[in-house]
Amino acid sequence: MISQFFILSSKGDPLIYKDFRGDSGGRDVAELFYRKLTGLPGDESPVVMHHDDRHFIHIRHSGLYLVATTSENISPFSLLELLSRLATLLGDYCGSLGEATISRNVALVYELLDEVLDYGYVQTTSTEVLRNFIQTEAVVSKPFSLFDLSSVGLFGAETQQSKVAPSSAASRPVLSSRSDQSQKNEVFLDVVERLSVLIASNGSLLKVDVQGEIRLKSFLPSGSEMRIGLTEEFCVGKSELRGYGPGIRVDEVSFHSSVYLDEFESHRILRLQPPQGELTVMRYQLSDDLPSPLPFRLFPSVQWDRGSGRLQVYLKLRCDLPPKSQALNVRLHLPLPRGVVSLSQELSSPEQKAELGEGALHWDLPRVQGGSQLSGLFQMDVPGLPGPPGQGPSASAPLGLGPASLSFELPRHTCSGLQVRFLRLAFRPCGNANPHKWGSPARA
Amino acid sequence: MPYLGSEDVVKELKKALCNPHIQADRLRYRSVIQRVIRMSKLDQWGQAEVLNFLLRYQPRSEEELFDILNLLDSFLKSSSPGVVMGATKLFLILAKKFPHVQTDVLMQVKGPLLAACSSESRELCFAALCHVRQILHSLPGHFSSHYKKFFCSYSEPHYIKLQKVEVLCELVNDENVQQVLEELRGYCTDVSADFAQAAILAIGGIARTYTDQCMQILTELLGLRQEHITTVVVQTFRDLAWLCPQCTEAVCQALPGCEENIQDSEGKQALIWLLGVHGKRIPNAPYVLEDFIENVKSETFPAVKMELLTAVLRLFLSRPAECQDMLGRLLHYCIEEEKDMAVRDRGLFYYRLLLAGISEAKQILCSPESDPSLRLLEDQAERPVNSWALDFNTLVPVYGKARWATIAKCQGVEHHGPELPNTAAFPTSGSLIPEENKERVQELPDSGALMLIPNHQLTAECFEKTWLSLKVAHQQVFPWQGAVHPDTLQMALQVVNIQTIAMSRAGTQPWKAYLSAQDDTGCLFLTELLLEPANLQMQISVKQSEARTETLKSFISVLETVIGTIGDIKS
Repeated sequence: MISQFFILSSKGDPLIYKDFRGDSGGRDVAELFYRKLTGLPGDESPVVMHHDDRHFIHIRHSGLYLVATTSENISPFSLLELLSRLATLLGDYCGSLGEATISRNVALVYELLDEVLDYGYVQTTSTEVLRNFIQTEAVVSKPFSLFDLSSVGLFGAETQQSKVAPSSAASRPVLSSRSDQSQKNEVFLDVVERLSVLIASNGSLLKVDVQGEIRLKSFLPSGSEMRIGLTEEFCVGKSELRGYGPGIRVDEVSFHSSVYLDEFESHRILRLQPPQGELTVMRYQLSDDLPSPLPFRLFPSVQWDRGSGRLQVYLKLRCDLPPKSQALNVRLHLPLPRGVVSLSQELSSPEQKAELGEGALHWDLPRVQGGSQLSGLFQMDVPGLPGPPGQGPSASAPLGLGPASLSFELPRHTCSGLQVRFLRLAFRPCGNANPHKWGSPARA
Repeated sequence: MPYLGSEDVVKELKKALCNPHIQADRLRYRSVIQRVIRMSKLDQWGQAEVLNFLLRYQPRSEEELFDILNLLDSFLKSSSPGVVMGATKLFLILAKKFPHVQTDVLMQVKGPLLAACSSESRELCFAALCHVRQILHSLPGHFSSHYKKFFCSYSEPHYIKLQKVEVLCELVNDENVQQVLEELRGYCTDVSADFAQAAILAIGGIARTYTDQCMQILTELLGLRQEHITTVVVQTFRDLAWLCPQCTEAVCQALPGCEENIQDSEGKQALIWLLGVHGKRIPNAPYVLEDFIENVKSETFPAVKMELLTAVLRLFLSRPAECQDMLGRLLHYCIEEEKDMAVRDRGLFYYRLLLAGISEAKQILCSPESDPSLRLLEDQAERPVNSWALDFNTLVPVYGKARWATIAKCQGVEHHGPELPNTAAFPTSGSLIPEENKERVQELPDSGALMLIPNHQLTAECFEKTWLSLKVAHQQVFPWQGAVHPDTLQMALQVVNIQTIAMSRAGTQPWKAYLSAQDDTGCLFLTELLLEPANLQMQISVKQSEARTETLKSFISVLETVIGTIGDIKS
């Protein structure tokens, strides 16, 4: 049960403030929170803070701080879940969650908060129930039109065959204008996987972890039934075996409470009647046993001349995806020893970029084709660097040349191999043509 | 009241948990509870609330207990983390007499907890990690096979990395110690000094059981000659030398050369202590200490100087020829020129000790070199689940026990937590106040123009200050017989929203109590109750923060009724 709720921008400006119980402080509590957050000593966690009989608990979402205060010793999991759910709900109603959208829709946000929380207690966060109470309309920056698609640069011949939606298509408000029947009925289905891998310096895999989600964003009126078919050879757990061959395996799955699993066992079909808005249909995890090889391999070599202070790092990045796929927004982040003075670089292709910033090297590769190999040679001057003692050039790395981390996006590729075979809608909303189905690119 | 799905549900719950008549009738109470549990239309918030309410319920028989556990089993597999954790807590508390059931529940919750630890949301990850640590206190081997999930990624925020390192330190066992140590070794050279130091301390923790491997790693780290690393390694050596005498040899071999890289107070103290106690095994110990003595004038930390005095004296007792001269110089400096009185006093003490004789000095200073039994005591710190079951799924594990203790102290004398619900306590512990009297007492706040606010909390210091600044507004005596039962009185006052700041124990003479209450206009009523020995009356003195006779009269009448009721019960 919470006392106050407020939203701050990333710089600490209060955007929304609501006091539910009137039992603690006033509006200045938002400023107090931000000051405390920025002044916190390094080893204390900012997630839950205490000041003056009040506990502050917050999450960061899309650059905003969503903060709740309470004076009771309540469950942190429930509270964090509530904050995440509020973030999703606000995103559904306003289109996307961000400083600009919140500022434009302040009245809507307050109305939502009034309905969701009564005197600090959660009444409901279900979009179904809320629909009946929310009157305010969302304000969008410009009306969305499918004609905008033609101006999006897609790659070559694929424009005609695949239906790849630009990412802005999904970001208009879901739950607006109940009276507007002429809006397009659309459904966006995403399979999103987060891959985190730790590789030791000798190349062996220390840890491989895949967290996957099937996310649905539905603009259809509620009550429309849909069926999502997954790959038939999809096995759960280590002992199950379906079909022939190794199949696609995950360790654990969990489903949203509104999914019917009667056809899951036999045909791997999920049946549900989703409410409007965003929904995570299924979550799964896989560790240690990826069916396909890792998408990237990095071959580093370091030459360091302690006497002259010259450090040379040669990085070769090899992409092991199938040749038709590609990786987007690949970014390599390499922390450097203190006191790096200059950087000279030789990169293997003109569209790459490398720069020094915040004590680290950032190497940006906007697009990497499957099967290709890209390299970069970086030379730096680091005078007076401590490290293992020794004279002359050596192949050992100086202290502070930290672990390299690579982040990337893989559209239309999942590491576990899970694919959505089909999406069928069983119910035709009255007065409209066939609803449009988008299978958005998967991001890894 | 939270919205739990429908009006009927709310009615049922209100009936069950707020009406003392239902609670007095156990059969009706139980049937309402069963209906509550079977409700299927609740959403995740309703389920979490129901699980919270059920914490107050005590099942009467083993059969009923397992019945409830079976009914609620599906909550453990819910997709909402709040519901899963709430169900876990409830199960742990209900099954407090059945440790194997508790272990079973913790096995079931392992999956969801590990999923939360790798969640996208950092805050959820952090809360889950704190709870994992809580569980590891009782079941250290619980997560050992999943140690890989707790390896840190570079991009994680600092506070999560620190938690993960602590978890890694606690889940080490024979099978995973090699990999965990390798991983921690990598963290020790991290760019962030805090994180590196935390990793080194974690290795020190593991070294108590797996001494050889850890000693090797720590010795290698010394070779890097990095200030922030060396100081923590030496501190770890000091702790290990004290707890695990078998590694003293290795420590002594690794020490020479460290002194060049240590600049901070803690590191120096640790090094000096080691040189003093184990100096006879370290060949160049006197020379290192001599260096410190040369620079003692510019030494800024008095603690280092104190440690230096003790160490040099100890070394003198075992290697007199080498140390005599420098001991003399040090004592001369400390007694004649030192400005810090504590250091000077210690110098004087040692001088006089030496005057008394070498054997006396040896008796006092030559303490045992290690205390392995301390390690065994620390290891036995495995606590039973019941000691922390009530704190599970609350903010306590997230803050940590130490911080929570300071917070609870600040929050005032009376902490109304969920463990002290007055209404629900009645069916289990027997009514302390018979029903009719309680209802009489309950009717009071409606009479007159006085509304005392509930949950009013005043700290002791504030009470004292206000008490001393006000004059007595009203004094009255009351007929009284026999001794006072403080608990009964406190509870009765609680019902009418009067807070007890302090109360003497039953049987003390004279018996006193201090009460405070606040009405809705903010006016404070401070009361002193005094029961003199051999008197048959209780004296009441009331002070009011704002002079208003109307409200004062109403307050007096409330007080009279409560005290009268309590007095009536015994007579």
